[in-house]
Amino acid sequence: MSVYLKKEDVNTTGSVENGNPADKVVLKMSNIQKRFDNLEVLKAINLTVKHGEVVSIIGPSGSGKSTLLRCATFLEKIDSGEIIYLDKKAAITSHSGKVFYTNKADMKEIKQYFGLVFQQFNLFPHHSVLKNVMGAPVNVLKRDKAEVEKEARVLLDKMGLADKADQYPCNLSGGQQQRVAIARALAMKPEVLFFDEPTSALDPELTIEVLKIIRQLAEEKMTMVIVTHEMSFAANVSNRVIFMDGGVIVEEGNPKDVFGNPQMERTKQFLKSYKE
Amino acid sequence: MTFGTMLSTMAGGMLKTVLLFVLTLVGSLPLGMLVVFLKKSKFKPIAWITDIYIAIMRGTPLMLQLLVWYFGPYYLFGMNIRGYKFPALLIGFIMNYAAYFAEIYRSGIDSMPVGQYEAAEILGYTKFQTFMRIILPQVIKRILPSVTNEVITLVKDTSLASALAYQEVFSLAKQISASQTSFMPFVIAGIFYFVANYLVAWIMNRIEKSMQYYK
Repeated sequence: MSVYLKKEDVNTTGSVENGNPADKVVLKMSNIQKRFDNLEVLKAINLTVKHGEVVSIIGPSGSGKSTLLRCATFLEKIDSGEIIYLDKKAAITSHSGKVFYTNKADMKEIKQYFGLVFQQFNLFPHHSVLKNVMGAPVNVLKRDKAEVEKEARVLLDKMGLADKADQYPCNLSGGQQQRVAIARALAMKPEVLFFDEPTSALDPELTIEVLKIIRQLAEEKMTMVIVTHEMSFAANVSNRVIFMDGGVIVEEGNPKDVFGNPQMERTKQFLKSYKE
Repeated sequence: MTFGTMLSTMAGGMLKTVLLFVLTLVGSLPLGMLVVFLKKSKFKPIAWITDIYIAIMRGTPLMLQLLVWYFGPYYLFGMNIRGYKFPALLIGFIMNYAAYFAEIYRSGIDSMPVGQYEAAEILGYTKFQTFMRIILPQVIKRILPSVTNEVITLVKDTSLASALAYQEVFSLAKQISASQTSFMPFVIAGIFYFVANYLVAWIMNRIEKSMQYYK
């Protein structure tokens, strides 16, 4: 049996193509299971993200929310389930229960659909701010350098970092570094941007400047999935909130309902801890 | 023998020392990188063989290794080893130093935070691009002090070539000292090694400084 998917598998669509971009499904994860040794981290998770949607994932440490992002971005391999980006099946599970990821060429394209902003920024310390932003479009997409630089400078300007282009990451504050990381991800023009606790390494002041940028992106209808501990931010900025605990989605809905009127006991208990 | 003749006789030895030193570096610095890749090979037998190679290179005296490289082919295959001395020395030095450099490279590569690999992967860099553009430049900065140590040791280790009666500085100093019953050749040799290492340290320091623009 081939390790790769057949062509017809790859082309079958997971999205609704009815002309309304708001209904376009950017990411569909079905029945995702992931275990580390004997620990079941994700238990049959389903997550669908539509174009322009801002989804916040909240939950206690160890609930599996970061692992879910890492599975969505292929930093972790799933043990079972299906991942579809736009019309491309990135991973499927066969009837025998074996997971198949699509071939290299498809994967390369699928990887361009998303960006990821890390908790620890993970900027390249030996590259200037500008080079951090320009690197992937130039080296991966093989785009014209002058054109990429123009776009990169516009992005940095948007992040309020126009004057930092020639600096190195070590000379920037954490908030500035995270904004460079956001610019770096945006430079690849992803369909969806993932944030893995983007402000957890920052003090409250720096957190605000990063959240401001994310809010701005939300206003521009950037599709985003944000794992966060910033509850009021999640309540304000997202269209949908997902509360995870113990590897399952306990509750999900619009932020008004989840924060204002949680249905599940576990959700109430978790949210209460933030009020104290 | 005047001081002048002594110095000019030894100058030829200095040149041979420098030649051995430079060629060893040219060979072992890149070979060490290859050794790391073999050691990290997913094909286990290759990784094991590499481990054994490194263990032998580090676990036995370099002087003994030089003797084996030189006389081994004669005892094992009856090879005519006339004119083979310098190649044997080079092989011995390069194989030995590549093992040490490999371990230094490995320590540098292993010290890289996994986030650098992950960031590059998310951005779509290939494994090769990730290594060349993201990992290697940072590894070089991290390992430079250890490499400097090793290079300085190499300057002094070239004297082990005297075990094969190769006419480098140390051999000549010993011979001239014995024949002239003079202490002076050792002083000259000592100053030579010291100046050479001072130069090495100065150059390596310049390289380190050129990489201090980032942390």
